[in-house]
Amino acid sequence: MAMEKQNQEPRIGFYVCHCGTNIAGMVDCAEVAHHVGTLPNVVMSKDYKYMCSDPGQELIQKDIAAHGLNRVVVASCSPLLHEHTFRGAVEKGGLNPFFFHMVNIREHDSWVHTDRQEATEKAKALAQAAIGRVAHHKALETKRVDINPTTLVVGAGIAGIHTAMTIANAGKQVVLVEREPTIGGHMAKFDKTFPTLDCAACILTPKMSAAGAHENIRLLSYSEVTKVDGFVGNYKVTIKRKPRYIDEEACIGCQDCIPACVFKTPKFADEFNEGLGKRRPVYIPFPQATPQIVAIDPNVCLNFKKGENGDRVVSDKCKKTCVEACGDKDAIDFTQTERFEEIEVGAIVVATGFQTYDATRSPSYGYGRYDNVYTALEIERLVNASGPTGGHVVMRDGKSEPKSVGIIHCVGSRDKKTNAWCSRVCCMYSMKLAHLLKEHTNAEIYNFYIDVRTPGKGYEEFYGKLLEEGVHFIRGRVGEVTDWAMTPEEEGKLVIRVEDTLAGMVRRIPVDMVVLATGLEPQKDAQDVRRLFNMSCGSEGFFLERHPKLAPVNTFSDGIYIAGACQGPKDIPDTVAQAGAAAAEVLALIDKGYVEQEPNTAFILEDECSGCKSCIPLCPYTAILFDEKTDKAWINEALCKGCGTCVGSCPSGSIVQNLFEDQEIFSEIEGVLAYD
Amino acid sequence: MRYGYFPGCSLKGTGRAYEESLLPVMQHLGVEMVELDDWSCCGATAYMAVDEGKACALAARNLALAEQGGFAQVMAPCSACYLVLNKTQHFMQDYPAMRRLVDKALGSVGLKVSNDTPVRHPLDILLNDVGLDAVKQKVTRPLKGLKVAPYYGCQIVRPYSTFDDQADPVSMDQLLQALGAEVIDWPLKTKCCGGSLTGTLPEAGLRLSYILLKEAKKRGADLIATVCPLCQFNLDGYHDKIEAKWEPVRVPTVYFSQLMGLAFGMPANRLGLQRGFIPMPSLPRAEAVAA
Amino acid sequence: MTREWKPRLVAFFCNWCTYTAADLAGVSRLKYAPNVRVIRLMCSGRIDPQFILEALAKGADGVLIGGCHPNDCHYVEGNYKMLRRFQLLKRMLQDMGIEEQRVRLEWISAAEGDKVRKVVNEMTEALQALGPLGLPGRFEEWDREVEHLAATVQEKEAAGCACGAPAEPRDTEVAHV
Repeated sequence: MAMEKQNQEPRIGFYVCHCGTNIAGMVDCAEVAHHVGTLPNVVMSKDYKYMCSDPGQELIQKDIAAHGLNRVVVASCSPLLHEHTFRGAVEKGGLNPFFFHMVNIREHDSWVHTDRQEATEKAKALAQAAIGRVAHHKALETKRVDINPTTLVVGAGIAGIHTAMTIANAGKQVVLVEREPTIGGHMAKFDKTFPTLDCAACILTPKMSAAGAHENIRLLSYSEVTKVDGFVGNYKVTIKRKPRYIDEEACIGCQDCIPACVFKTPKFADEFNEGLGKRRPVYIPFPQATPQIVAIDPNVCLNFKKGENGDRVVSDKCKKTCVEACGDKDAIDFTQTERFEEIEVGAIVVATGFQTYDATRSPSYGYGRYDNVYTALEIERLVNASGPTGGHVVMRDGKSEPKSVGIIHCVGSRDKKTNAWCSRVCCMYSMKLAHLLKEHTNAEIYNFYIDVRTPGKGYEEFYGKLLEEGVHFIRGRVGEVTDWAMTPEEEGKLVIRVEDTLAGMVRRIPVDMVVLATGLEPQKDAQDVRRLFNMSCGSEGFFLERHPKLAPVNTFSDGIYIAGACQGPKDIPDTVAQAGAAAAEVLALIDKGYVEQEPNTAFILEDECSGCKSCIPLCPYTAILFDEKTDKAWINEALCKGCGTCVGSCPSGSIVQNLFEDQEIFSEIEGVLAYD
Repeated sequence: MRYGYFPGCSLKGTGRAYEESLLPVMQHLGVEMVELDDWSCCGATAYMAVDEGKACALAARNLALAEQGGFAQVMAPCSACYLVLNKTQHFMQDYPAMRRLVDKALGSVGLKVSNDTPVRHPLDILLNDVGLDAVKQKVTRPLKGLKVAPYYGCQIVRPYSTFDDQADPVSMDQLLQALGAEVIDWPLKTKCCGGSLTGTLPEAGLRLSYILLKEAKKRGADLIATVCPLCQFNLDGYHDKIEAKWEPVRVPTVYFSQLMGLAFGMPANRLGLQRGFIPMPSLPRAEAVAA
Repeated sequence: MTREWKPRLVAFFCNWCTYTAADLAGVSRLKYAPNVRVIRLMCSGRIDPQFILEALAKGADGVLIGGCHPNDCHYVEGNYKMLRRFQLLKRMLQDMGIEEQRVRLEWISAAEGDKVRKVVNEMTEALQALGPLGLPGRFEEWDREVEHLAATVQEKEAAGCACGAPAEPRDTEVAHV
């Protein structure tokens, strides 16, 4: 039925939306409707308060029937927001949905201009362009593409684990990729979680092992995604499996190899304990690591020693005692090299997390210069019963307990010189650490804050509890941490110099230990990861969501979702909620089984093609082929993604892009230049 | 390497030892310093506080002279000059009204400023144009065993910090290490020396000088090295008053350029070292390095 | 009614980066000059130089092209293809006597709402300083000249004189209106 109306004279219906006062506040909508009503082919022209509402959509449907409309134009918000909605309304009204065009007079007009007359003129011109364009529209059919039901989840912190578990529990296959030897991410390092103070390991490690053992999850630890090809429903992903020098199938996690190493005492900085503890070259990051498989660090293992010319020379000090201890399990394999594996998935969730601000970038706080200045993450390990000191809070000399501790908030955050944003979790974790340090050492604790931010369930109450516990809160941004003593009491202490803005004076507060509440920032390689998955980053470097409110886990690439702190600083509850949302989006996609592709593909007018072949190398998807028999090019529609690059460069003008035909664009150019 | 040299008043007066040492040291390193013809007051901090517009016009006059003289860059060794000239450039760039005012003032005496002549500090030039390797090559008498507290003062790193960190500058540390000296790590590198308060409000100003000297002494410094004529003056010139009020904190304060000259094997009296009130410690009889 | 002349700026933005950036500018309520009219394409690679010439011919005083940053193209390399065409077009525009500042290519990512504001304002200012391009008016003028020439030739032929007689004063007046 829709096709029948194609060849009739255009009968256009035009609607301009007030969007409450969002548009009507700056654009004279009645004036726009009046102007468009005078244009050729326009049968009726209306303004309406909310076009996207049900009555607004019904209005279109009724008018199609009553006035015999065969084209519809709506001037409202961005097509990226509601094009889909209105195409649906047009289709319900009995027209092919592509007999529709949308005009953006909100994001591109009323919201960015300040002169009502100018904004109205602009709206008229944009509407006129659409009216000219829509007359050339044709009926098009969307194509369905099947969805591969397997999902790739990148990053296995709490966000990635929760996403993977949710999808897997729905009976779908998941490939979970983690670049570290164990999953768990930052949360695995935390001692307790705020505000409930339940132990992070107690709630996380069961989830980790469940994910590791899940029949629908294939866990690829110590692996990284290196290449992503394809499109929604059908991605081809290359994964680099880094050598851990252990046969993952053969290792049973007995860990007999670790004490057998020739290094009798652990000697190398232990990453999991933020360098506060030591490990051997063969190690497992922490007792509950998942998978329960050891790894060998080639940078320190004697078996990988490099000679002067850079070649590997096995030191004769290496007795391969680990291999001996492994015995007939024979899991240790010093010859492993990196392998690449290609997998096919339908959807991808990126949950690559964050990194903490490097405290040495703020030299006035003395991190790296004074021994007893710590980062918050170091304190997490220090108060942890399975940490390097078994939960005893001792300073770097290994014996003395702090009698006073200063916790400096907002390190690297809320500062234009470093990171302008609030990292959202530091106030709460600082208070949590204050509580734990007090509990462990009974020290005097001072919090130095700009504002205390506690928006969350039970968070403000937690702040109240800390005040009652006698933890001190001093409002003021710390100027410096120094070992410069002015009085005998300050000798041997770290002095925190701060303007106490409530007391209205500069204070010097001597403490034994300083904790820096470092903020959250994008991972170092966020830009590379963004390119890999064809996503965008915001100006601060976190991955950009499709819409800040309505599509917080979607990206601009269909089938690619984001979850957790890679999108912006987040606490655990928000991260888990977002991970669940990403899983729901994936399941909705998979369960539908197919996606409808925008029919904006290109095709070649065979009669006009001269066979010059100049289009063929331009196509990034090798969708253009050459027919030797007819001496003409043709486009494989299944491979065409609709960029239009070939169309823009065909010398004979014989390539046409659906929805972006030359004639449509020329009409638009003419329309936007139509002034009173 | 050719720079228009803007000495400012200090390097011709109280801080003449700075000029006396900087000129031969830079020449030795192949850096050409050509004094600007007919230079005038930079405007200094005092005038800035009274009338920003006139102070900027005064400073911009010197920049215009540098352009007229065909200098691509200006070297301003005095911290106050360095700050004021830089500040003037920022003001002219950021505030069109200031730009117009300066243009008008300079225009009345037939001068013009395009405002794109970088104003550089000798430390910046030594590290980034000359390079520490070139400096090391000229060292014939390494300052082995000499413990030096590097003191930067406030003006060369704040507020602009163009070549070094605001809170924790390290350029002079690196330079002194290149000379073979032992650098004392201390947290007062950029603390106030008392500034002009030593003259106007001595009880406040002298206390600040005392704090610096006391901390340097406590940390075992043989001497303090500075880049600023006012800092040098404050830390060197008031020991009698400081001793009367507190305690003796006799640490000499010298210019980094004087230490460079010593390390290059130049005689102390050619470097203005005889002008200090607190005598230099005798240098350890270093093994002579073949030049 | 004659209105005060204001620059007319036509913009071609790619769907994924620059159009989205312009949406972001809207959501962030940034304010910029109302002279710009945006036409959305899927990729800057779709932009046919004819679009730019057509816009200028139909009365635009300037054209702005917005695409993804190098390496960031949603379609791998459409922006590079546009860049190549743009370089050639620039030479041609130069030969036609159209000022360089009238056609500008900018890479604007989806996060750079503020860059949209900045570039549009800069361009509007530049066009304001350059003044109208006024190609449609010039075309009309040229058309009149050609018509007049044809009419003159016809007249002369009708009078039986094929050799060009000296032009009459009236002719020059018309031709230079």
